[in-house]
Amino acid sequence: MANGTVTIPRFEHRSIGEYIGIVVVLALVVSSIASTAPQLDALGRGIERLFAPSGLLAQMFPPDISRIDRISLKLLETLQMAVAGAALGLIFAVPFAILATDRLSPHPLVRAAARGVIALFRTIPDLVWAIFFIIMVGLGPAAGVLAIMVDKIGFAGRFFAEAMEEADTGPQDALRAIGASRMGIIFSAVFPACLPSFTATSLFALEKAVRGSAALGLVGAGGIGVDLKVAFDLFNYDEALTIILMLFALVMIVEQGSSWIRSKLI
Amino acid sequence: MNAPLRAAATKTDPALAGSVLSVSQLAKSFDGRIVLNGLDFTVKAGVATALIGANGSGKSTLMKCLIRLIEPSTGRIEMLGQDVLSLSPRGLRAFRAQVGVVWQKHNLVPRLSALSNVVHGVQARMSGPRAWFQSLAPDAVRAEALDCLDRVGLADRALQRVDSLSGGQQQRVAIARMLMQRPRIILADEPDASLDPQSGEEVMRLLSGLARQDGLTLIIISHRMEHTLEFSDHILGLQQGKIVMDRPTPGTDAALLRRFFEHQE
Repeated sequence: MANGTVTIPRFEHRSIGEYIGIVVVLALVVSSIASTAPQLDALGRGIERLFAPSGLLAQMFPPDISRIDRISLKLLETLQMAVAGAALGLIFAVPFAILATDRLSPHPLVRAAARGVIALFRTIPDLVWAIFFIIMVGLGPAAGVLAIMVDKIGFAGRFFAEAMEEADTGPQDALRAIGASRMGIIFSAVFPACLPSFTATSLFALEKAVRGSAALGLVGAGGIGVDLKVAFDLFNYDEALTIILMLFALVMIVEQGSSWIRSKLI
Repeated sequence: MNAPLRAAATKTDPALAGSVLSVSQLAKSFDGRIVLNGLDFTVKAGVATALIGANGSGKSTLMKCLIRLIEPSTGRIEMLGQDVLSLSPRGLRAFRAQVGVVWQKHNLVPRLSALSNVVHGVQARMSGPRAWFQSLAPDAVRAEALDCLDRVGLADRALQRVDSLSGGQQQRVAIARMLMQRPRIILADEPDASLDPQSGEEVMRLLSGLARQDGLTLIIISHRMEHTLEFSDHILGLQQGKIVMDRPTPGTDAALLRRFFEHQE
């Protein structure tokens, strides 16, 4: 074919429906920004106040470390909440994930129910769960642990189930062919194959739990969040900065630790 | 050319004593497409039977139907004295425990050691965590697993991860796992298919030798004519879902078999 005889369109031809779809999405984005995003002048005034001589940043520095012992204890409680909630969530996520997996679930109705529970736990934010559990068990870390647990069942349950769906079916079929039980197949073939994925998901769940557990305190579910809220409410911004920095250090340590474990195990 | 080559003189009567497998009028269709079309044959105890046929002739489907990994559409299968198609789920598990299967792909758990994979074979007769993990397995089970590995020449690789072994070694571990099962009959679905010719030959020789040593019945799908002639006592030829050859291997000429391998070599 000689050059010049064939005209290749610069843009792909799209249908009317596709054009309408693009316009609707663009309209949604623009209208959302217009109605909820801060106005530029308000944002400018806010930044000005932030950096003013008596502004928030000036009041935050230097950080107040006079109550570092109590903050450290509350930080430890935050970590314990995250570890306990994540561990319980991961443990309970496993049976839910098994029941939600096509090949391992005993019945389609059980599978649908397990998937429904996982979706419910995942879609409701952990702060909402925290409020729910505060009403149930009262203020304090127990409500936080339960909120993290439920959130992690939703998070890990989905990823565990996906990992088991994607696991090589050959070893499972081989064990099924020799008459192995369902549990035998799960423990001998499925779990070993999914171990890297399970480990990665578990470590991400722990990282997410540590980050999330600080926010849970804001609604009274224990941990360092309570102190952070009090510090802001009483305008003790220098103490708030200490809490934020220590929380940042904790999250960094957990993330670095989990990265190291991932590199060793996977 | 398409006339059945079934040798009338050698056709086995299902009623004959010593047969471990008797198949009658076995059929299987997938979405109206007939894959197995009314098969009738028997296999005698202790005999190595090669199942041959071109690609798509129904060999693997037949093999899977025999242990109901695929449910046949109609027909009857009597294996090891049991009516396979009428077994309950529990009965089917007990039946499958007596049938050792070696697959085209080794189907081992790659992240686990050779010993762990072989210990899994004990699940044919034992359940619970002591059958799932080699570290929890009873001493007798670990010793038997090590012995099975020794029989396939891999005792010195017992704790090596399976994915660090060669293809031939992995298939030998799969054979060791099958031995651990203590099967009464072995089904092998092209165990040499994914191996280089030398490793394939070694695996076939090993499998055939072990079956002979233990006096086990072996039904093997073979895609190499020379293996069929060397390692089998009897040949079943499949063509378009029908048995068109049923004869002993001795005296069978390579020319007679060529049409079953035309699409494979």
